[in-house]
Amino acid sequence: MSRLSGTGLTLAYDKRVIAEQLSVEIPDGSFTVIIGPNACGKSTLLRALSRLLKPAAGTVLLDGGDVHSLPTRTVARTLGLLPQSSTAPDGITVAELVARGRYPHQGLLRRWSERDEQVVTESMAATGVGDLADRNVDELSGGQRQRVWIAMALAQQTPLLLLDEPTTYLDIAHQIEVLDLCAELHERQGRTLVAVLHDLNHAARYATHLIAMRDGKVARSGPPGEVLTAALVEEVFGLPCRVIDDPETGTPLVVPAARRKTSVQAEV
Amino acid sequence: MSKVMVIRPRAVVIGAGALLAMTAVAVLTLGTGDFPIAPADVVKTLAGQGNAAQTFIINELRLPRVVTAILVGMALAAGGAVFQSITRNPLGSPDILGITSGAGAAALAVVILGGSSTALSLAAITGGIGTALLIQLIGGRRGLQGYRFILIGVGMTAILNGIMGWLLTKGVQMENARALLWLAGSFDGRGWEEALPLLGVLIVTIPILAVVCGPGLRMLEMGDDVAAGLGVPVKRLRNGALLVASLVVACAAAAAGPVNFVALIAPNIARRVTRAPGPNLLPSMAIGALLTVAADWLAMHSGYPLPVGVVTGGLGGAYLVWLLISERKAGRI
Repeated sequence: MSRLSGTGLTLAYDKRVIAEQLSVEIPDGSFTVIIGPNACGKSTLLRALSRLLKPAAGTVLLDGGDVHSLPTRTVARTLGLLPQSSTAPDGITVAELVARGRYPHQGLLRRWSERDEQVVTESMAATGVGDLADRNVDELSGGQRQRVWIAMALAQQTPLLLLDEPTTYLDIAHQIEVLDLCAELHERQGRTLVAVLHDLNHAARYATHLIAMRDGKVARSGPPGEVLTAALVEEVFGLPCRVIDDPETGTPLVVPAARRKTSVQAEV
Repeated sequence: MSKVMVIRPRAVVIGAGALLAMTAVAVLTLGTGDFPIAPADVVKTLAGQGNAAQTFIINELRLPRVVTAILVGMALAAGGAVFQSITRNPLGSPDILGITSGAGAAALAVVILGGSSTALSLAAITGGIGTALLIQLIGGRRGLQGYRFILIGVGMTAILNGIMGWLLTKGVQMENARALLWLAGSFDGRGWEEALPLLGVLIVTIPILAVVCGPGLRMLEMGDDVAAGLGVPVKRLRNGALLVASLVVACAAAAAGPVNFVALIAPNIARRVTRAPGPNLLPSMAIGALLTVAADWLAMHSGYPLPVGVVTGGLGGAYLVWLLISERKAGRI
């Protein structure tokens, strides 16, 4: 039994049902990546796992307890979340933003401590934003800003960390930088990571466990080498392709099929 | 030296500076009237060393009014700071959202029906909180951010102002005069019976807003999802803080009538000068008190007996225009 799992989930926004009878398990210590076409319910699943969305039916179990009945602070000390939409308040510095990750460890009587200070410094060092500590977050580049948000999630010191499309809006160099950072956190600090990613090749390269979704259902899950086949990509995305070995890592590399000429052009 | 400043020194300096300036203006105000008293004598009297006449004039006649002004300024600013923090919008203040108008309409109904001043206070509080609940009910289902919520509040203000106009056509002339004076917002004739209940409300609510809600409100500024991920009970905190803030604003309106725009401007100025994130509750309150006391002083020195609400309305209207223009330039509207 893994620490985080969902069984028989019906996920809906108001009356719009996104998924029914959905069950997933996040292997402990894995870097799990969820892939799937737009609107397949992958972000919705992540929201349900992180108790942002209450399932209409079914339960999300965290350490054996229903995530919606556990005290919210207890959940926040076990499961961290980096959502897609986040706003840096006006005038906040990098160190101040990262320090907010300590919120679930504080209380009415227990305020800022040496330990908090140390964790914030370590989190900034781990994400390479230590030098930016006193800068305003609004002055940073997109890649730097995303690393600051990840640092905030790290400062929360949760064994599980959920990331919703952490590479969106970043250029390719910054995407790789953020994913390398995630892989490092996974390997060095032994955290369980769950991320929603759009790029299949990134997913294949960084994930230890892949969940492919389509129409609110898990089409297949397992190690990327087994899951990511040409047949699956065709089935899930409707995209004809070839899957070859990534020359850098040996992981699957999806190469979409070349555009077929239209019949009119072919006749000419 | 710590990299994380929990409280910024700049905010403390600005809060203290505003309180100092407020005290100076209050001393000037206490010396103003049919019997002018020099500032030095005002300070002496407050310290208990004035002559009998000065002691009577200042402590009995003028001090309650100034203390009411200070408390009303603090209350409006605190309510405004919480509202603006929750709506994540500098325009999301209780005067724009209709809380003040709700308090006004309910109080006006009581004035026209000839109710007592206790009934008026209770009506203002009920009206303010009722309006807050109503806009949450209509607009709060998908969160309280963005211009959708503000526009619902603007609509509510328009409806309530319409109701107030209708009530005034129903009233008798005598009562209307009393009602209009209350509606303009004034500290004339305000005494300890207005000041002390408001002080009590502030003593109870401000620690709740600052200590219990404050840290969570700061988290909410990063978005509902981030805050929920950090373990903030988002809905409970938001509804609770809005309710307490509405109570504070409605009590201020009950004490002095709707003193316009202080709830809008004070937190805005506080945020601009402290340059700190968060609701800036305490600096806002210091600036709010300075604003009302200064507006009251201006009203007294205008050469014409203006109600203080007219002064804050004039200043606030100008500030609102400037704010809209600068928000427009920054591309936020």
